[in-house]
Amino acid sequence: MAATEEPRVWPQMDVLQPTPSELWPSSDNPDLLEINIGPNHPSTHGVLRVVTTLDGEVVVGLKCEVGYVHTGIEKNIEQKTYWKAIPYVPRMDYLSFFSGETAFCMATEKALELEVPRRAEWIRVLFQELARVHSHLVFLGTGSVDLGGIALLFYCFRARDEVLDLFEMACGARMHPRYCQVGGVAEDLPKGFDRRCREVIAFMRDQFDQYDELIGANPIWLQRTKGIGILTPEFAIKMGMTGPNLRASGVPYDLRSANGGYGAYRELGYTPVVEQGGDVHARFRVRIEEMRASIDLIEQVLDGLPEGPTITDDRKVALPPRHELHTSMESLIHHFKLVTEGFEVPAGEVYAPIESARGEFGFHLIADGGAKPWRVRLRSPSLVLLQSFAKLCEGVYLADLIAILASIDPVLGDVDR
Amino acid sequence: MNDLLQISGPTWGEPDTAAADRIEAALGADAIERRVEHRGELTLDLPLDRYIEVCTYLRDQEGYDLLSDVTVVDYLGYAGEVAGYWGGDGRDINRDSHSGKRAIPEPAGPKRFGVSATFAKVMTVTDGNHRRLRVRVWVEDGESVPSLVPVYPSADFHEREAFDMLGIDFAGHPNLRRILMPEDWGGHPQRKDYPIGGEPVQFSDEV
Repeated sequence: MAATEEPRVWPQMDVLQPTPSELWPSSDNPDLLEINIGPNHPSTHGVLRVVTTLDGEVVVGLKCEVGYVHTGIEKNIEQKTYWKAIPYVPRMDYLSFFSGETAFCMATEKALELEVPRRAEWIRVLFQELARVHSHLVFLGTGSVDLGGIALLFYCFRARDEVLDLFEMACGARMHPRYCQVGGVAEDLPKGFDRRCREVIAFMRDQFDQYDELIGANPIWLQRTKGIGILTPEFAIKMGMTGPNLRASGVPYDLRSANGGYGAYRELGYTPVVEQGGDVHARFRVRIEEMRASIDLIEQVLDGLPEGPTITDDRKVALPPRHELHTSMESLIHHFKLVTEGFEVPAGEVYAPIESARGEFGFHLIADGGAKPWRVRLRSPSLVLLQSFAKLCEGVYLADLIAILASIDPVLGDVDR
Repeated sequence: MNDLLQISGPTWGEPDTAAADRIEAALGADAIERRVEHRGELTLDLPLDRYIEVCTYLRDQEGYDLLSDVTVVDYLGYAGEVAGYWGGDGRDINRDSHSGKRAIPEPAGPKRFGVSATFAKVMTVTDGNHRRLRVRVWVEDGESVPSLVPVYPSADFHEREAFDMLGIDFAGHPNLRRILMPEDWGGHPQRKDYPIGGEPVQFSDEV
C-alpha cells in the first residue's frame, strides 16, 4: 500500500424520489417489461417479491414486497412472560440466531439493572461469534450459488455443520438453542467443548484460506462482483444501513467496539473489519475477513475464559439449579413462581442494540411493571437493508440485481418478523 | 463476588443532556415538553408541531446522522387496573401477586400513542462517543404525525410498518401503504384493542 493514499472519491448518490426505497420507472415506454422475481425464487433467500421493471435487460424500476413470512412475533411476545418470550426471538433472524436471544436478554437485564456473571458474558460472546460465522458461511455459500459458483456452497455448508455441532454440544439444539437466559446462560460449557472448539477453529482457518483461493483469484467472480452496486458511506447512513454492508463502504462502525462495546467485548477489545470498495466484492470480502476476526475472538475467549458461575444467583430472575429442588423448599417455591408467573420488570423503556451478523439488532422494550412486556419493538437490520436495494439496482443488469441482493444479505424472517 | 459480575447491557454513552440544552437555547424553551431519563437513555418529549424542526436540528447541528428506529407504542389501558393481563378480558387476578402488577405504573404520556424515533451518531463522532437520543411525540387515534422521510429517508419502511401495525397516519409520507399485512387487511394488529385469536382464517373460504 502506498504511504500517501489518495482519499477515495465516491460517486454522488442521491436518495430516490419520490420514495427513498422504491425505484419508479421514469418513462411510460410501452416496451418496458415488468417481471416478478419471487416470492418463491432461490435467489431471494426467503420469500421476497421483487417487482422489477426492465428496459431490455436493464433495471429501471424496482420495488420490494415483503411480509410473506410475517408471524406477528412482536404481538406474540406481548402475551408471554419475559423468559417464555426468549424462544421467539431467534426464529426471526434464523441465521444469526444467537444474536437475537442475546439482544432480548440484554434488553431485559438493562431494564432490570441485573448484573451478569463474567463467565456468562464470555460464553455469550463465544456463541455470538459462532452464530456470526454460521450466518456468514450461509451468506457466502448461497451468495456464490447466485453468482453461478456451486462448489463454494458445499464447502460452506460443511463448515456450517461444524458450527452447529458446537451448538448441539453445548445446549442440545443445533439451531434456535435458547441457550441465553436472562441473567446469564442456561448451562456451563460441557466437558470436551474446549478441545472440540479448538479443532473447529483450526479447521475453519484452513477453510477460509481455501475460500480465498476459490473466489479471490477467480476472474469470472471478480468480473461479476467488482464495481457492481457501489454503496457510498453517506448514502448508507442516510438509508440506515449498519453492519458489514456499512463497513464494506469504509465506515468503521461496529457496535462491538463503539462506545467500548457491550458485554465481554469490553474486555476482549475488538477492531472493526473495514473494506474500502463499497461494491459487491467488498461486501463479500468484509464478511470473509469478519469470519477470520470472529474465529480469533473465539480463540481469545477460549484462552481467557474466567471461572465462576454462568448465571446470576438472583433467584427472582433465574431458575435455581436442578439439584437444589430436591433439598430446598425455598428453591422449589422460586422455581414454581418463576415458571408460573415469571418476574416483574420495572416500568420504563430501554433500547438495547447489539451487533448481529447483519448489523444493528435492537430490542426496544417497553415494560409496564408487570411480568409481561407491554410492547417490544424489534429493530431488525434486514428490513432496513432492503430500503437501499432499489437505489443500488438503478440502471444495472438483471443478473447484477441478483448479485447485489445476495451481497446485502437480508434474511426474510428478520424482515417480516 | 463482585469481580465476577458486571452490568452487561449495550450503552448509549452519556445521556446527551447537552444536546437537549442546545435545542432549548436554539429553538426556544417550548421545543421540548419533557425530558425522561431511564437506565441512561434520554427521551425528549416534543410538541407535535415542533417534531420535524427538532429532528432537522438534530441531524444538521447535533450530528445525529443515523435514524436507527421508529417505534410506536399503544398505551391504551397502560395504567389501568388489569392492563391487558391474561388477554385483557377484565379479570382482576389478585394484583398484589407477581402475576398482576404489584404497582400500577404512572401514565406514560398525555395521549394514547407514543411515536418515538431513536437516533445515533455514526460518522460525525469526534470524541469516540457514539451517543444515542430518542425523541417522542404523543398522538390520539386519528391524529397524524408529520413524516420523517424528508429528513431521514430511512424512516420509510419504519413508518409504513407503524401505519400497518398501529394505524398511525404519517402526513407527507410518499408511499404510505401496508407493508407486512395484506393490502386488504382490516384493522391494525398491534393495537391493544385488536383481539388475539378469533380472526377469520385466511384462504379458508368455501370453494
